[in-house]
Amino acid sequence: MIPFRLTREVLLAFALLVLLVLVATRFPGFVAPSNLAAVFNDTSALIILALGQFIVILTRCIDLSVAANLALTGMVCALLNTVAPDLPIVFTLGLALALGATLGAVNGFFVWKLDIPPIVVTLGTMVIFRGIIFLISDGQWVNAHEMSPRFTAFPRYEILGIPMLSWCAVLVIALVYVLVTRTSLGRSFFAVGGNPHAAVYTGIDVGRTQFLAFVISGTLAGLAGYLWVSRYAVAYVDIAGGFELDVVAACVIGGAAISGGAGSVFGIVLGALFLGVIKNALPVVDISPFWQLAISGSAIIIAVALNARSGRAKGRIILRKAEHAHEPV
Amino acid sequence: MSLSETALSPAATQRRDPRQIPDRLTTRGQRVLKSWEALLLLVGIAIFIANCFASPYFLSPWSLSDATFNFTEKAMIAFAMALLIISGEIDLSVAAIIALASTAMGAAATAGFGTPVLVGIGLGTGLLCGVFNGVLVTRLGLPSIVVTIGTMSLFRGLSYIVLGDGAYRGYPESFAFFGQGYVFWVVSFEFVLFAVLAVIFTVLLHKTNFGRAVFSIGNNATASLFSGVRVPRVKMMLFLLTGVMSGVAAICLTSRLGSTRPSIGLGMELEVVTMVVLGGVSILGGSGSIPGVVIAAFVLGLLTFGLGLLNVPGIVISIFTGALLIGVIALPRLIQKWRG
Amino acid sequence: MPYDTTYSGAQPPAGAPILALNGIEKVFPGVKALDGVNLSLYPGQVTALVGENGAGKSTIVKILTGIYQPDGGQILLNGAPIAFPTAQHAAAAGVTAIHQETVLFDELTVAENIFLGHAPRTRLGLLDWRAMRRDAQAILTSIGADIDPGVKLAELGIASKHLVAISRALSIDARVVVMDEPTAALSHKEIHELYELVEKLKAQGKAILFISHKFDEIFRIADRYTVFRDGQFVAEGRIDEVSEGDLVQMMVGRSVDQVFPQRTPTLGEEILTVAGYAHPTEFEDINFTLRRGEILGFYGLVGAGRSEFMQSLIGITRPSKGAVKIEGHVRIIRSPAEAIREGIVYVPEDRGKQGAITAMPIFQNVTLPSLAHTSRNGFLQLAEEFDLAREYTQRLDLRAASLDTPVGSLSGGNQQKVVIAKWLATKPRVIILDEPTKGIDIGSKAAVHEFMAELAAEGLAVIMVSSELPEILGMSDRVIVMREGRIVAEVSGDEMTPQTLVRHAAGIGQEDAA
Repeated sequence: MIPFRLTREVLLAFALLVLLVLVATRFPGFVAPSNLAAVFNDTSALIILALGQFIVILTRCIDLSVAANLALTGMVCALLNTVAPDLPIVFTLGLALALGATLGAVNGFFVWKLDIPPIVVTLGTMVIFRGIIFLISDGQWVNAHEMSPRFTAFPRYEILGIPMLSWCAVLVIALVYVLVTRTSLGRSFFAVGGNPHAAVYTGIDVGRTQFLAFVISGTLAGLAGYLWVSRYAVAYVDIAGGFELDVVAACVIGGAAISGGAGSVFGIVLGALFLGVIKNALPVVDISPFWQLAISGSAIIIAVALNARSGRAKGRIILRKAEHAHEPV
Repeated sequence: MSLSETALSPAATQRRDPRQIPDRLTTRGQRVLKSWEALLLLVGIAIFIANCFASPYFLSPWSLSDATFNFTEKAMIAFAMALLIISGEIDLSVAAIIALASTAMGAAATAGFGTPVLVGIGLGTGLLCGVFNGVLVTRLGLPSIVVTIGTMSLFRGLSYIVLGDGAYRGYPESFAFFGQGYVFWVVSFEFVLFAVLAVIFTVLLHKTNFGRAVFSIGNNATASLFSGVRVPRVKMMLFLLTGVMSGVAAICLTSRLGSTRPSIGLGMELEVVTMVVLGGVSILGGSGSIPGVVIAAFVLGLLTFGLGLLNVPGIVISIFTGALLIGVIALPRLIQKWRG
Repeated sequence: MPYDTTYSGAQPPAGAPILALNGIEKVFPGVKALDGVNLSLYPGQVTALVGENGAGKSTIVKILTGIYQPDGGQILLNGAPIAFPTAQHAAAAGVTAIHQETVLFDELTVAENIFLGHAPRTRLGLLDWRAMRRDAQAILTSIGADIDPGVKLAELGIASKHLVAISRALSIDARVVVMDEPTAALSHKEIHELYELVEKLKAQGKAILFISHKFDEIFRIADRYTVFRDGQFVAEGRIDEVSEGDLVQMMVGRSVDQVFPQRTPTLGEEILTVAGYAHPTEFEDINFTLRRGEILGFYGLVGAGRSEFMQSLIGITRPSKGAVKIEGHVRIIRSPAEAIREGIVYVPEDRGKQGAITAMPIFQNVTLPSLAHTSRNGFLQLAEEFDLAREYTQRLDLRAASLDTPVGSLSGGNQQKVVIAKWLATKPRVIILDEPTKGIDIGSKAAVHEFMAELAAEGLAVIMVSSELPEILGMSDRVIVMREGRIVAEVSGDEMTPQTLVRHAAGIGQEDAA
């Protein structure tokens, strides 16, 4: 038997449950299975990006360019669709993944080979990616009527009553879970972030591992790019503007330590869902959606404060009575 | 004789004549020439010359004066941010503080308060936001990057709660001076303020005990604490300072625009950080200079303005800033790599 | 006089070495860390590698384990040349190491710490957690460690972590085991268990490289010795053919008996009185007094609570109760800044982390605690800073290119001089030196001892925390022994013998009755 412990994930799941109950008292329809499925579907992109960000954060890095990567990949997919509307979706998906991975690799390259701090690199590529979108689209929108039905139908295609967008998120959750718990690459993400010095002694190439984390994050951002553009049936320079902060927020709320090496897939998914539920619940309980930003900001601060309290370094225990919590005989 | 020479000489237990250690081996001139600031200045001059060729209108005094508005407000925050980053912390909530301070001023203006009160409210809001960040970081020991990502949403979120998709417009006429006024001829109030703040921050960082403490904390906070530096207090002051400077920037920006929307200054925190890093401040803390940040402000301002004269859209200009940010840091490292 | 190297190869070794390093060179910018050194490791034998700090011991360990690449020379595994481009290659070749500092992962489980990098896999190529846990349990049991392989490493104490590090080394089917100062953080009992483990490994035919500064240890478990000096090979041979004195002479290239300065202490008035100092978890019931001109030694095992108490005294942590009197007046010290103002300074043990700001110039390091005096109205006065730095660095006979040089570029001994100069420049009344000669060369050590004697003669009160018996006995006027956070003895005069101190520190003769 695994002893039941009040882990962060349990706490977060509980908070999510309380949130749902609170919403249900005002608007019971919100917790109907079909609506919950819709909330999950709406949060899918956030989940996918947050899992990529999680891997990057595990290695003591941060990727601020994920939303710009999403927007650029989405725009390229949309433009390709206007040129070749009948291209099978497999190719579009392949392009999205490959382009996302390439953009991630650019970030990873600077971090690995030139040792530039990740926050500087991704701050730079963030604005560069957005600028490139403007250049290739000439600042124009790609609207729904310019997209082929096949292109926009993919995320809505239902299997077992669940849209493909949700299935993509489920698949990503499963793959990332296996990656970080059952492969040596996945474990090396933890090792590199937990103690880079020791990782070298274990034969792990720290820079290469960080590079791969960026490639994975980029690949997932690319996937999310196509899904986003096809779901909303529109592509322009500013889509998902500022979304990188939601992504980081989901990770922090989900228990990823910004100092690296700690966190779980389950926690990250819960963190993303927590934000997703708030976003979807506000309108139905008659709170202005303008509250959303302040609420998620508060959630980040509370989450990080809780994180630190559990990890606060205590003094060394030298006295025997402190060790046994009673006076020695 | 190498520096690592350690005494294995027979005189280990004997006293030698005290050895004369020179104070410095390099002159001030040598240090300046080899500095990051000198390199950056060359880049700035190159951009200036390119601008002269690019547009005949560039060299007119009014045009140059207009160019300064591209960086003055950001630079005011960048000065304080430079100190904060040198000390090993960061504040990503500065643009959100602008939004909140601007909203507070807008509300006060709508309620009929005059310019002096508005200025007080702008600075006070900035100060309070700085206190909030500072307490979370220094008292609770939370990582500043996460805290300020949180307060970034919180502060701007409060602004959204107050304003929604509305705006404040009713600012008194005298309030316009801060962002639109000129002290004499083409020299704007903002530029004068920028110059004065540049001098104050240069002195603060490079000529005072406080500045030395900022450097020592950024290099090694534990050793600084052991050496009697009041680490939490210094960091707290830096967050306050950054908050207040954001308040100052909020006054200038609001005055210049003449209105407040919750999206005011959106994304400015990243431009401020870009300016600071471009100015040679190590994002990992411990080194940097205010003159560097001043030059970086000019470089970014001239670049933006010059490309603007060429009718390059703002979003494309950001490609140049992004490339500049990565390029200036990557280039020296690349050269070092090639040299082996 | 340089040591003559006739020791070299005096005794032809029995059998062929498993691993032989020939003519290894390693150059770092500005320093030749290794200059053609040789090292041979034989099956079933313990080879002790001895040398002063900076002799190149750590560098050779890093080359052996694939962390560094040699710039010249050859590594032979069973006579065949081999290279270790990464740590994994070294492990695959059967070379494993227990490093000086525990290089493990707090957030991972014990089992994973043991197997990271070479974990068992399922048929699908995924990690096999069940097998990993089972195998980890088997290894832990084999070395008699009662540790659950499923718990996070962060939950273990230092000694247990060390056992995990040893288990990790054993999880690789190693032929060569490197132990880099393995006993540094261990208690007497644990050291004893480690010796048993070494015997076990010997019996299994493994070749062991044992690096240690403790001669009693070397003579107890080593079969062979190799000596490095300043990155060069000096000698090797059988341990039973040399004496301690021979080894020391080979290490330093001249004969050295540790000479402590002769002093006749003149004790002045009481300057510091500590009464009933306590902390919830670290120490309690600390009472003592200190006089001007006195050197008071604090002896004890590593982790006895000495540094923790000293850091509380200068305001890094808060005591739960107790009082401090300085020259008869009660003072409350809440931060190091206040301690410095009261004239109490603490020279910490961890030079790199707590003592020096290595990236900053020497003069700025020296003046940092004294800025209030060198500055005017909060504005820096560089000329006065240089004056102060020059005065104190010269007093300590610092070797440096200029006062503008970053402290990090100096040798350990010179860094320590800067650190001492820095606190001395505050003109303290009480100076607390925590392990002042740890990890510095013999020459600098003597200089520091000499200097301490000078300070005491000038009327300063000195507290010296040290775990080195000769130093404690050679320097102190009086010794306080701490164990498990309490003062267990205060000895002076004829009572100050190695036996008494060790017995008190280890609690021998007091716990047997229980």
